[in-house]
Amino acid sequence: MQRTASLVTKVFIQRDYSEGTVCRFQTKFPAELDNRVERALLEQTVKTLNSCYVEAEKVGGQSYLEGCLACATAYIVFLCMETRYEKVLKKISGYIQEQNEKIYAPRGLLLTDPIERGMRVVSFIQLLLHSLRTTNTSV
Amino acid sequence: MSQIQHAVPDGPIRYTQICTRSSSCSSPQTSSSAAAAGTEPPSCPGHRGRTPRRKWQVFPGRNRFYCDGRVMMARQTGVFYLTLVLIILTSGLFFAFDCPYLASNLSPAIPAVGAVLFIFVMGMLLRASFSDPGVLPRATPDEAADLERQIDSTGCSKPPPRTREVLINGQTVKLKYCFTCKIFRPPRASHCSLCDNCVERFDHHCPWVGNCVGRRNYRFFYFFILSLSFLTIFIFAFVITHVVLRSNRTGFLTTLKDSPASILEVVVCFFSVWSIVGLSGFHTYLISSNQTTNEDIKGTWSRKEGKDNYNPYSYGNVLTNCCTALCGPLPPSLIDRRGLIQADTPQTAPQSNGTGGGGSYAPTQLHSHMCDQDQCLQSTKFVLQAAATPLLHSDPVVLPPLPAKPASLGGPCAYLAPAQPALPSCAGDVLTLRDAAVDSHCHHHLHLHHLHHHQHFASPEETPCGTPQGALPCPAHMHLQHPAPPVRYDPVTQDSLHEDSVRGLVKLSSV
Repeated sequence: MQRTASLVTKVFIQRDYSEGTVCRFQTKFPAELDNRVERALLEQTVKTLNSCYVEAEKVGGQSYLEGCLACATAYIVFLCMETRYEKVLKKISGYIQEQNEKIYAPRGLLLTDPIERGMRVVSFIQLLLHSLRTTNTSV
Repeated sequence: MSQIQHAVPDGPIRYTQICTRSSSCSSPQTSSSAAAAGTEPPSCPGHRGRTPRRKWQVFPGRNRFYCDGRVMMARQTGVFYLTLVLIILTSGLFFAFDCPYLASNLSPAIPAVGAVLFIFVMGMLLRASFSDPGVLPRATPDEAADLERQIDSTGCSKPPPRTREVLINGQTVKLKYCFTCKIFRPPRASHCSLCDNCVERFDHHCPWVGNCVGRRNYRFFYFFILSLSFLTIFIFAFVITHVVLRSNRTGFLTTLKDSPASILEVVVCFFSVWSIVGLSGFHTYLISSNQTTNEDIKGTWSRKEGKDNYNPYSYGNVLTNCCTALCGPLPPSLIDRRGLIQADTPQTAPQSNGTGGGGSYAPTQLHSHMCDQDQCLQSTKFVLQAAATPLLHSDPVVLPPLPAKPASLGGPCAYLAPAQPALPSCAGDVLTLRDAAVDSHCHHHLHLHHLHHHQHFASPEETPCGTPQGALPCPAHMHLQHPAPPVRYDPVTQDSLHEDSVRGLVKLSSV
């Protein structure tokens, strides 16, 4: 007889404010995920996310151009055009989905997009599905 | 098996109908007797009605929303209407009384420039007033519980510290814990008491604009006051010019008789110009030094005696500071105002992105816009079903009643099996449904109780969703007080239950 039981917990990775107000998450490996996923994989994911957010918030030539154009058109241009930030966010959610499919779902984890948590945390949902086989019904 | 049956009550099941299959129901409000989980629930009316509600309707802050969530303002908007009236009235009088003379006698460019300035001022004002200043959404119950656990683990018997110190660019910055929003505020964020929200890079709450000024609308506010100062000076100068030119021809008193509005315009502009130009100058200074009004007033970065205090956010260069503040990237809204609160939708439609409104960026199968608590309850139900049925395939089981009051889930779990001490404090989604072969029957009984006790909830104001008023009695006590024959539970096939349990777990990801 096959039995299953489920255990669901959440693990949160908080924001790292050491670089200022830029969006960045801590790369410290949470202890709860110790035997669920390899450190290197998780750190790689978080580092990639951090670099994407840095790219989104980067103040450079393109952002200035976008800002000036927007100001000149009284910000009406944003009705037709997506801001660079929004484009990067879409890219990030695609990346998270891909990571979930490739890496985390096979390990029974689910990574949520930080934008859905107000950029406060990166949360991992751990699922533990135990499939136990017993020969005798002791219940 | 029989032990489990004893453990399970013989009472009427005060079971609240949770619509798990229909997409229009959200929070369960009505309790029906003997409606066991697992059977197809009848369509529940739900107190929200048939149309799915949008998130702005259950927003916890003290804001007002218009145009179906596209427009977001503070609660008191009286002064904003005064601002509008003053600007429109003065400009209107200028265009009506002074511009014809100026256009014909001086240049038609004057009314043209005036019109451009006026449109720009109005655009910036409306944009500053109507957009989300950068409100930080409140923490979900799970996050709040996780933070509480972290805070409690560091403190001793005294009240645990609610501040965190962070080193930013060599400067120590204290992050404070917000009791309302249940988060550690990011640096430069502050909680606005008028709007009851934490706002990123909080500058000040402006009653003239009718909104907070924060990270997302600071540039609009600045352009508004800058262009308004230009407009005020422009109108003031050209009204004076008009009066002087006319007086040279026809005399002063005749001029005043012909163009009475000019006096009003001059008076309004004269009194406005000092405050508005002064404010523009002040904000220009703030932008160039990359400070907020809040920081400046509190003297956070002022050079104190013997303290090496400097602004860690400043780029050191006036030009860079200005460009970053005014032309930097505009972050999107973190509160999904126009998102729909839905129950049990496997596929979510992409959210319409209003101007300046939040939208969902990747509507995936996992992304459901339901109430956190409703989702948790439903998902809990799914997983419980999945776990219970294979274990008790031969005997009927009465599933524990889930209370009708979705509220914040919190409180340490007192019934965890000792074998798993590392489990975090239950925030409602920790289910320890262990295999009965591994643990004793008592454990199983305990765990069902454990689920009951999960549902001891805190105050209703913590839930953004509408909740029924009045506290429910403890479900664990309920079934002891109301004996009734157990409801037969017909187990669904294992496959569909497993499907449901995975679905339930996947839904938990949205919480």
